[in-house]
Amino acid sequence: MSTTDLTELTLAEARDGLRGKAFSAREIAQAHIDAVAQARALNAYLVETPERALAMAEVADGKIAKGEARPLEGLPLGIKDLFCTHDVPTTAGSRILEGFRPHYESTVSHNLWRDGAVMLGKLNLDEFAMGSSNETSAYGPVVSPWRRRDSEAPLVPGGSSGGSAAAVAARLCLGATATDTGGSIRQPAAFTGTVGIKPTYGRCSRWGIVAFASSLDQAGPITRTVRDAAIMLASMAGHDPKDTTSVDLPVPDFEAAVGRGVKGLTIGLPKEYRVDGMPAEIERLWQQGAEWLRAAGARVVEVSLPHTRYALPAYYIVAPAEASSNLARYDGVRYGLRVPAKDIVGMYEQTRAAGFGREVKRRVMIGTYVLSAGYYDAYYVRAQKIRTLIKRDFETVYANGVDAILTPATPSAAFGIGEKQNADPVEMYLNDVFTVTVNMAGLPGIAVPAGLDAQGLPLGLQLIGRPFDEETLFAAGQVVEDAAGRMALPRAWWR
Amino acid sequence: MSVDAQTVRRIAHLARIAVSDAEVPPLQDELNAILAFVEQLGTVDVSGVEPMTSVTPMAMKSREDAVTDGGYAREIVFNAPLTEDNYFLVPKVVE
Repeated sequence: MSTTDLTELTLAEARDGLRGKAFSAREIAQAHIDAVAQARALNAYLVETPERALAMAEVADGKIAKGEARPLEGLPLGIKDLFCTHDVPTTAGSRILEGFRPHYESTVSHNLWRDGAVMLGKLNLDEFAMGSSNETSAYGPVVSPWRRRDSEAPLVPGGSSGGSAAAVAARLCLGATATDTGGSIRQPAAFTGTVGIKPTYGRCSRWGIVAFASSLDQAGPITRTVRDAAIMLASMAGHDPKDTTSVDLPVPDFEAAVGRGVKGLTIGLPKEYRVDGMPAEIERLWQQGAEWLRAAGARVVEVSLPHTRYALPAYYIVAPAEASSNLARYDGVRYGLRVPAKDIVGMYEQTRAAGFGREVKRRVMIGTYVLSAGYYDAYYVRAQKIRTLIKRDFETVYANGVDAILTPATPSAAFGIGEKQNADPVEMYLNDVFTVTVNMAGLPGIAVPAGLDAQGLPLGLQLIGRPFDEETLFAAGQVVEDAAGRMALPRAWWR
Repeated sequence: MSVDAQTVRRIAHLARIAVSDAEVPPLQDELNAILAFVEQLGTVDVSGVEPMTSVTPMAMKSREDAVTDGGYAREIVFNAPLTEDNYFLVPKVVE
């Protein structure tokens, strides 16, 4: 098998190939290290860790030889640079954390290494995960491996997990960690023809992940297939005493749920997701998805989530408010950048002015404003009440016997780098209109590639589940994947 | 509601972010665009609705009140820009 072929394997195929000794962990690690080195034009990796990858692969080969292979033994993965990794730079895509080397490991990445995975490096992202195009990274945008038909214009991979999605689509890792606060796993997955799942709030520990909005942030995987996402999430998830919001529930056998099918399930189509100006091809794809699930034995019904339209504006109060509190820790004292000034307030102000990018400043300031005296009730408390209403909408639908909800993942396919640069910030925020409700209600959501638009770019469908029922999402996601056919990924023009 | 230039400076100071004179007008426009966008929340009837405090109903766990971690000051200050004897150094605060 040529080394290029090794990067084309799915995570499940690579796992089985390693166990069957068709190739070694060292060979598949080297194949990926070479692919990463040839893809620097995409700017997906901020840090490459080839020596660490080879050392981990050696351990993996030893375990496999002894018949002691762990669940992810020898599988090369990329890590979003929002996860703290021991002695490997962790920047969160920000200048303010330049040079930061954590002396600890995030629980999620620790769980992956515990299960035998191999680390290829750290993946680019929007600064502090604030963005939907990876253009707010202080280290430059990620270029999507996808291009429009007959065009070489560089496209965004989506965000904030843009490096993760681009690396998975470009075969620069078998899977990647990602995080999702308003759509940051599912939107880039949809833009790059990959699978991304945001599990239920509490399924994965947030310990050691640079915090953005703590009541919304969740980690999850981006992979090339639904099965791969199930395999990876099973290792990432689990109770962690270091995060009081991580739930003390057993992690189900997600991979076993993949082939379960949807026979007898009820799938809801929320009528409020038919938004003004939605391209006809997205609407068509959505109906096609419903048809696929119906053909596989599901009952498809229209449902109503009446507060849907308020989710995005409420999010833009809650998320910045939490961000303004979380990002108060970047003060030039404990880690990262420090700009000297004559007094301590001057040092704080100069450090944060130099260290934060434009979008981060904007969100910290909005958050500061909505939490400030006199505005707290009008903005923040009202937004949290609306959040209760949004969650209640979902609870009502699920109480009426709906097992999962099908929606488009994004209102459009990927756009060009710089195309939305001068637009008002709200236009960029609208990318998350279909995904943000899920974070507001703490529910699991998966994006699965479902087809191409007229320009040859991938489009995704989203399935939303009941709390802690990721299994139904894997089952229904696999039905969509089977019906749509595995997406042919872009050829490697970047080499 | 919208913010004026003076309010932008006040928020920036509360957020401990220095802003130059040139940065104020674009920030003011952007913040007002966001505030205009969230304005629609005012039309929702929220009477009798409790604000959300936790998306997943969960009881805060407690554990025995005992020291379970610590004793590595050097690790804690390892990434600090300026330290002395495992202390963080800051500009003089009290005259």
